[in-house]
Amino acid sequence: MSIAVENVAYAAGKTIVVDGITLAVEQGKVLGLLGPNGSGKSSLLRLICRLRKVDSGIIRLAEQDIAAIPRANLARRIAFVEQQATTDTQLTVRDVVQLGRTPHRGLLSPWGVDDDLAVEDALARVDMAHRADQFWHTLSGGERQRVHVARALAQTPSELLLDEPTNHLDIQHQLEILSLVTRLGVTSIIALHDLNLAAMFCDSLAVLQNGKVVAAGAPQEVLTEDLIARVFGVRAHIERSAVHGRYNIQYTMG
Amino acid sequence: MRAAVSRQHRWWALVALTVVAVVLLAIMISLAVAIGEIAIPLSTTARAVSNRIFGTSFELNRIHQGIVWDYRLSRALVAASAGASLALCGVVLQAMLRNPLAEPYVLGISAGASTGAVCVMILGLGYGALTLSGGAFIGAIVAFLLVGVLAAGAGRSSERIILCGVAGSQLFNALTSYIVTTSANAEQARGVLFWLLGSMSGVRWSDVYLSVPVAIAGYLACLFHARALDAFAFGTDAAAALGIAVRRVQVVLFGITALMTAAVVSMVGSIGFVGLVIPHAARFIVGPSHHRLLPATALGGAIFMVFADIVSRIIIPQQILPIGVVTALFGAPAFAIILFRARRSV
Ligand SMILES: Nc1ncnc2c1ncn2[C@@H]1O[C@H](COP(=O)(O)OP(=O)(O)OP(=O)(O)O)[C@@H](O)[C@H]1O
Ligand SMILES: [Mg+2]
Repeated sequence: MSIAVENVAYAAGKTIVVDGITLAVEQGKVLGLLGPNGSGKSSLLRLICRLRKVDSGIIRLAEQDIAAIPRANLARRIAFVEQQATTDTQLTVRDVVQLGRTPHRGLLSPWGVDDDLAVEDALARVDMAHRADQFWHTLSGGERQRVHVARALAQTPSELLLDEPTNHLDIQHQLEILSLVTRLGVTSIIALHDLNLAAMFCDSLAVLQNGKVVAAGAPQEVLTEDLIARVFGVRAHIERSAVHGRYNIQYTMG
Repeated sequence: MRAAVSRQHRWWALVALTVVAVVLLAIMISLAVAIGEIAIPLSTTARAVSNRIFGTSFELNRIHQGIVWDYRLSRALVAASAGASLALCGVVLQAMLRNPLAEPYVLGISAGASTGAVCVMILGLGYGALTLSGGAFIGAIVAFLLVGVLAAGAGRSSERIILCGVAGSQLFNALTSYIVTTSANAEQARGVLFWLLGSMSGVRWSDVYLSVPVAIAGYLACLFHARALDAFAFGTDAAAALGIAVRRVQVVLFGITALMTAAVVSMVGSIGFVGLVIPHAARFIVGPSHHRLLPATALGGAIFMVFADIVSRIIIPQQILPIGVVTALFGAPAFAIILFRARRSV
């Protein structure tokens, strides 16, 4: 297992946010994290990259308890794209992507060819290379999101955590970012709201509700009309798509 | 490839810029020594300095020698190092709090130092064991802790920290006014003005031996954390995800800024806006990367403060303006400009 979450609980003050979650992702696979607003997706991702400490349970990265991994080592392995992160500093797109190299640089080691390659490659992958010198605060929401993904790629992680990476993206870039991530061969956990995209791109899915996993497994097992009604409170009709062969969900009103 | 070339190009520009800044600082200090009620030619200045440092024995007017060495040079060196320290505090606080308005004066630290000084000067706190500077030092630390506790309670968002600083300033200024109006005589009240406006008179070599090492040590400590400061751009979570030990860096850097501010204020009083104007000007010239920004800010702060000291001595004939008045004359408009720009970018 590349990432294994075992019986993890976390409370913010008195609110229980993550309530005994167990799940695992195999090396190189993509796990989709679904669930309504406030179900604990972002919180779980924050726990996995140790931005918060678990109250109980263990999170393992390649069999090693993350609590025992030094912060900098952890950052060389896991990259995290937050749901919302912005800055007032006058940074260019390239400055932001270069931040991704932070964990790879020693105190005295200067910026190297490797670093340049990783940055240029990451910029090209999200289709932002031609915008490298533009200021961050002048970018559109979707462009910012792509730059964040590039920053995470420049970190050359072996595990990638993405919190709603398709937020703000036009449909072309939604598909591009997700297919990019799935083709990287990096173990990934992606929090998503679009069930169809989740079904299309993820190897497995976990559905959260009130901080608990209510369903987990392959997309076709997890995404049932019954589950969607129970968790999201909407009626859905599911069929295999004649176009791409994956599951396709249509919602019905009332 | 193109990136590498442009970076190299910038590297040369930076060397040139550094040389220009160092030369400018040297010129400013020379001017600061030459200019004054008794104008002293630069050649005399050079000889006087050489007499003391290299043990040469140029024939000089004893008074000139004394003015250059005991009065004006020490004053210029303290101004330069205090300016560098305050500007560095500003740039570090702005990065850590992610707020363009953060600096020691705005955060109420200088006000706390003034209260501390007043407690010693007028109330006689410390029973003679505590000097005026010692009182200012303790006041600055107390103010820093108070604003920190207030901000932690208020949720640590960057606007709130500034509000906590404003609240802290108001509280300490009120305390100072209370003590002055209830307990001070006229002469003491005039002395208090020293702390409220900042002043370089009374600076001696003993101050140089404190303020220069503080500035250099503080600068090196900040430079050591340059990469961490960069990583704070998207907030503490983003910094932690990039491998920065956020808590440790915060403790170290907030500690360093508190000590630097306290040391400066205890020597020259509360001088505002240096920490605000200089980092923004430096960012404008060398960009946001702290590896370049920190040296630029330190040099800029030093140059600006010596310049402000010169202005304070010559702007009104026969009279010396408190240096804090001069920095405020430049700083307040800059504060307004930054506010306007912050609004526009939202
Ligand atoms: N510091 C906190 N104090 C109180 N409640 C919190 C805190 N942090 C998170 N929560 C609560 O925990 C729950 C889970 O939040 P989380 O951000 O993980 O949800 P999410 O699944 O990512 O939602 P969304 O789809 O809206 O992004 C929410 O109900 C939130 O209000
Ligand atoms: Mg979320």
